[in-house]
Amino acid sequence: MASIDLTELTITKALALLEERKISSVELVEETFRQIKKVDPKVKAFLHLNEEKAIEAAKKADELREKGEKGRLLGIPLSIKDNICIKGLPTTCASKILENFIAPYNATVIEKLEAEGAIFIGKTNLDEFAMGSSTENSAFFITHNPWDLERVPGGSSGGSAAAVASRMGLGSLGSDTGGSIRQPASFCGVVGFKPTYGRVSRFGLVAFASSLDQIGPFGTNVEDTALLLQIIAGHDPKDSTSAPMEVPDYVKFIKENENTSYKIGLPKEFFEGNIDKEMAQTIEDLVNKLKKKHTIKEISLPHTEYAVATYYIIAPAEASSNLARYDGVKYGFRAESKNLIEMYKKSRALGFGREVKRRIMIGTYALSAGYYDAFYLKASKVRTLILQDFLNAFKEVDLIFSPVTPSPAFKIGEKISDPLQMYLSDIFTIPVNLAGIPGISIPIGLTSNNLPIGLQIMGPHFKDELVLSLAYQIEKEVNMKFIPPIAKEG
Amino acid sequence: MSISLEEVFKIAHLARLEFTEEEAQKLTSELSKILDYFKKLQTLDTENVSPTFHAVKLKTPFREDEVKAFPDIDEILKNAPELKENMIVVPKVVKAP
Repeated sequence: MASIDLTELTITKALALLEERKISSVELVEETFRQIKKVDPKVKAFLHLNEEKAIEAAKKADELREKGEKGRLLGIPLSIKDNICIKGLPTTCASKILENFIAPYNATVIEKLEAEGAIFIGKTNLDEFAMGSSTENSAFFITHNPWDLERVPGGSSGGSAAAVASRMGLGSLGSDTGGSIRQPASFCGVVGFKPTYGRVSRFGLVAFASSLDQIGPFGTNVEDTALLLQIIAGHDPKDSTSAPMEVPDYVKFIKENENTSYKIGLPKEFFEGNIDKEMAQTIEDLVNKLKKKHTIKEISLPHTEYAVATYYIIAPAEASSNLARYDGVKYGFRAESKNLIEMYKKSRALGFGREVKRRIMIGTYALSAGYYDAFYLKASKVRTLILQDFLNAFKEVDLIFSPVTPSPAFKIGEKISDPLQMYLSDIFTIPVNLAGIPGISIPIGLTSNNLPIGLQIMGPHFKDELVLSLAYQIEKEVNMKFIPPIAKEG
Repeated sequence: MSISLEEVFKIAHLARLEFTEEEAQKLTSELSKILDYFKKLQTLDTENVSPTFHAVKLKTPFREDEVKAFPDIDEILKNAPELKENMIVVPKVVKAP
């Protein structure tokens, strides 16, 4: 058997090699764990590894393949963000309060991946309860950017993005409440997709802000990402916010529309601010190339500047309510105490980290008597204006382009002491969640100091396939491989 | 817009959180800065705008209210901090008469 070069593999390629019996799933999974042992001591993407069960599952996958079974992910190693439940494995949300929690059931997305034969290699690091933009808020350790270990991988799904970039698993699932898939994807040079709100069931995803949270896939390319979405999408009676709508064949769609021309909008508000010069130039160069095939026009999303304030009222308000369940009673960390109120307070004070407590405080304040109208209700009205901006824009254009972040990956420690500065770095990803629309981040270049540059493509509600289609075209146009040196050398 | 130390302690109580004096001091200045930034929204006229609580409008789905047994009750109970047989132990809530 040929030796496996993980940096040359995608899910699609691996499936072909498995089908041709050039590799086995056991070999693929073993090679993946060799890569983890080589690279992860430096990158620290994983909170828990699932080696024994994964190898067992790989053996089973190889047997099934021999019997002629054809799961769409049969024998493919994936990682999962540690706020999505896999039965029998820890689900900590990178929080002390859930340090010893073992999930008693599978999330629906896990059931779906498992039904297609996917193998779960481990759970990835995140900002505690998905609150953060750098993975520095993990209660356990910081994840490092595989392109530059002194920099953050982004967040909150920083572990998933860093794992996929380092080829520790061929894909991953994350969650995106304000950019938590797209921003780390852009910092780590992988593809990350936030589907339309309601496209993917959230049953078994630990809730942060329920009107914004969405599970989505990471891949090393657009086709893999489309395939993962294909499998996890669809209605689920266990999630009342999942949409009872048909799921299109995303992979087929992107292939059939390789040459389709789109009308693309560039929102002037997204390009006005302080954007890194190299990033702006890379996007501009790309836009110039795309003009040959697509219609590109300037559009306006006039309420963009209000998005961060709106988000940082609504998300903490919902979080303060969702996180009330961590009280030390039924599961999770319980502090010694004499009475019930003291038990609640001490368990929460010791179990939650600083950023989580800060957001619970903001949310509780914004919902408290006398402030509800001025904060939560006001923000919910501004949310209407932000949504309306997008609905108006999509009357003129099919899709919208923007940077994912104002700058490439920042240094560890650079923003952590100033929460507001950290919040402001989410300016381009947040409006997508507020509006519930789909958005993707794809790598389109590298800066002069070798950091990935991402491009965000946004589309109308339930037009996820259009977003993927344009991303697929651009990936071909850019025609670059984004493999951090550490993935090759260790 | 500033928030007082007293308010921080009051909100902490509502949220069932606890802070030391020092932590609360720091939080007071951090929250004041963040709340100040939120003032931005007040400059927008939203008099005739209705609020959005979910961006994607779906009808509330209804289903029959049927009991379905969860297969692994033990797996759930294993996560409890303290158990007595199949019951979760908590500090005493009611006072003895």
